[in-house]
Amino acid sequence: MSYRQNIQLTPEKNLKHFLAIEGLPRAVLMKILDTAESFSSVGERAVKKVPILRGKTIVNLFFENSTRTRTTFELAAKRLSADVLNLNIAVSATSKGESLLDTLSNLEAMQSDMFVVRHAQSGAAHFIAQNSPDHISVINAGDGCHAHPTQAMLDMFTIRRHFDDFYPLKVAIVGDILHSRVARSQIHALTTLGANEVRVIAPKTLIPVDITSMGVHVYHDMQQGLKDVDVVIILRLQKERMGGAFLPSMQEYYQTYGLTEEKLGYAKDSAIVMHPGPINRGVEIASSVADGPRSVILKQVTNGIAVRMAIMSMTMGTAGQGASA
Amino acid sequence: MKIVITNGRLVNPSTNIDTLADIFIADGKFIAICKKNRDGTTDKMPGGFAADKKIDASGKLVFPGIVDLSVRLREPGFEYKATIASETAAAASAGVTTVCCPPDSVPIVDNPTVVEMIYHRASLANKARVVSVGALTQKLEGEKISEMMALKNAGVVGVGNALKPVENTLVMRRAMEYAASCDMTVFIFSEDHWLRADGCANESAVSTRMGLTGIPEIAETIAVARDLALIEHTGVKAHFCRLSSVKAERMIARAQFDGLPVTADVSAHQLHLTDMDIGEFDARYHVHPPLRSMRDRDGLRKGLKLRTVNAICSDHQPHDMDAKIGPFSTTESGISAVETLLPLTMRLVESGDLSLMEAIACITFEPARILGLPVGRIEQDCIADVCIYDPEEIWQLNDNTMLSAGLNTPFKGWEFEGRVTHTILNGQLVFER
Repeated sequence: MSYRQNIQLTPEKNLKHFLAIEGLPRAVLMKILDTAESFSSVGERAVKKVPILRGKTIVNLFFENSTRTRTTFELAAKRLSADVLNLNIAVSATSKGESLLDTLSNLEAMQSDMFVVRHAQSGAAHFIAQNSPDHISVINAGDGCHAHPTQAMLDMFTIRRHFDDFYPLKVAIVGDILHSRVARSQIHALTTLGANEVRVIAPKTLIPVDITSMGVHVYHDMQQGLKDVDVVIILRLQKERMGGAFLPSMQEYYQTYGLTEEKLGYAKDSAIVMHPGPINRGVEIASSVADGPRSVILKQVTNGIAVRMAIMSMTMGTAGQGASA
Repeated sequence: MKIVITNGRLVNPSTNIDTLADIFIADGKFIAICKKNRDGTTDKMPGGFAADKKIDASGKLVFPGIVDLSVRLREPGFEYKATIASETAAAASAGVTTVCCPPDSVPIVDNPTVVEMIYHRASLANKARVVSVGALTQKLEGEKISEMMALKNAGVVGVGNALKPVENTLVMRRAMEYAASCDMTVFIFSEDHWLRADGCANESAVSTRMGLTGIPEIAETIAVARDLALIEHTGVKAHFCRLSSVKAERMIARAQFDGLPVTADVSAHQLHLTDMDIGEFDARYHVHPPLRSMRDRDGLRKGLKLRTVNAICSDHQPHDMDAKIGPFSTTESGISAVETLLPLTMRLVESGDLSLMEAIACITFEPARILGLPVGRIEQDCIADVCIYDPEEIWQLNDNTMLSAGLNTPFKGWEFEGRVTHTILNGQLVFER
């Protein structure tokens, strides 16, 4: 097999694209977290703006619907003083790569500097990065079941704010791991940052094969899986999964895997609860837990802006200017 | 045309001969094969042979023209990808003299007219012998069995359903029973439709990591188990196409041990690549059946050695450029492979997996036997299909060296030692480098 260069890094090992956590060294992830820390105060100022990306054009290219992710990307870009173009492109299942490339060429012709991409196909962000000219940076805002690296980094940011250090932490991810790009990115981030143990909890139908090769332990039972855990991450359950014979019913899922106060009791007393949103109350999590004192779900949303600012500025090579600029 | 090939090293699996020889060809047939003896003499040569063409094959290998069990010519239906003329020319340049095309052209090969049309166009191109597998079921829909007798009379070499599984087991049983009555071989690509679903890569740590929908190994083994039971029950002659897993190979080995007359083939790329090669969503590695694990790759090589797997084919699928542009799962599967069948097979000799004789058998005599064709052998009075091969020439596969209209191959940039110099079809020189 021929040697393949990591497309995400420049020869100087700086961030060029942000497509997946896999393949990024720990130092890069730490730098994202540190840079995000410096940006997090921007949102608390009266004037919530820094001029780091002034004159740059960022295109939010969403081939799949999203409100939260797109909005936080837009906010992050605007706080960096970039010009933002939002494109929601509903694509039919038959639409082919050619039209995707044509879309890209048109946007390149408008002298864009960065594409933020969400697409239903795994590998779409890589494809776009591989087919874009050198001056364009691509940020993956979710591709199929593959990766959602900005979500994972904002989760890491949230965890670090609570615990300072990743090494002693036991983290459990609960739910539809099979279809989850969030879970895949979280697993790579946690193992790269050195978390003590990463667990996934779900019935076998929702666990992808050989997931242990990614360095996680598999549990099918909440009581065992949550024991001694510091962080509980609940994934959103798509209602379509009942149709594909993945699960019998939402009631049974909630009773078995839904995070209630009782089940949260299996985790450490100091454990926090996370969810990438949007929440299905009474399906994967009880309201009392989602809105309870151990939930950091809304902090995740807030942190998403600073983390995305950090990633955008790093891929554009302007992070060094910092939040004080 | 009369041709004499002198001083070449003849490697002929049908007679298990590996010797220096002069070979005389006239009227499309081998008229004499004269071995060079150790004492420097040569067997009695035919008298009064006035050759139109003399080929000095000193230092070269001479073996039967290659028989490729699966070549998509893309004509009729997909002429924008490739044509019978372009792909048979590519085949000839790679020493391939017989190509067998699956029935999934458009229109589908489920009636004699399409068979005749393909054969007619192939005869006009006159670069390789083209034979077709007929459809097992009408329109390949898996519901009604095809007019097999009519297809047989039109000259198909067997019947099969290409890459479309016959989901309905009753239809499969009837189709096999009917094919057995027609004394036709059924070419089966075994895959469970439900387990395959919308998968695009081997279900493994790789598909898990990349978030690609996997095609599990059981999609193959469950279908092979069903088809083996049906073959035993119906008594049909059957050939398993494009094995991808060592478990399926083992199941077929057991069936063969129990006396079931089944054969199998594997594509050359399955013997050299694994799912790891997909790297960062490289669509050139998008093939069907999917590339599997290192264990499967090595097990299939061993299956060739044990002769459970009888033949290596190219599974040639030339594509237009656009077919491979896009996120992995949206791209079309397949490799433009007819030109790498021989080079990749020879690599198995280099690696010690097969002897030279075994390797040549896997792409000549054995596939010819599966097709029931009297080719793939260099024997007196047999059809004169020959490949002459310079084992020393080093060359690189790239856009300039490829003749196929499809340039979609992950082997681009690979260097190979050994190259075809002449190809003879029916006693006519159809390629010379």
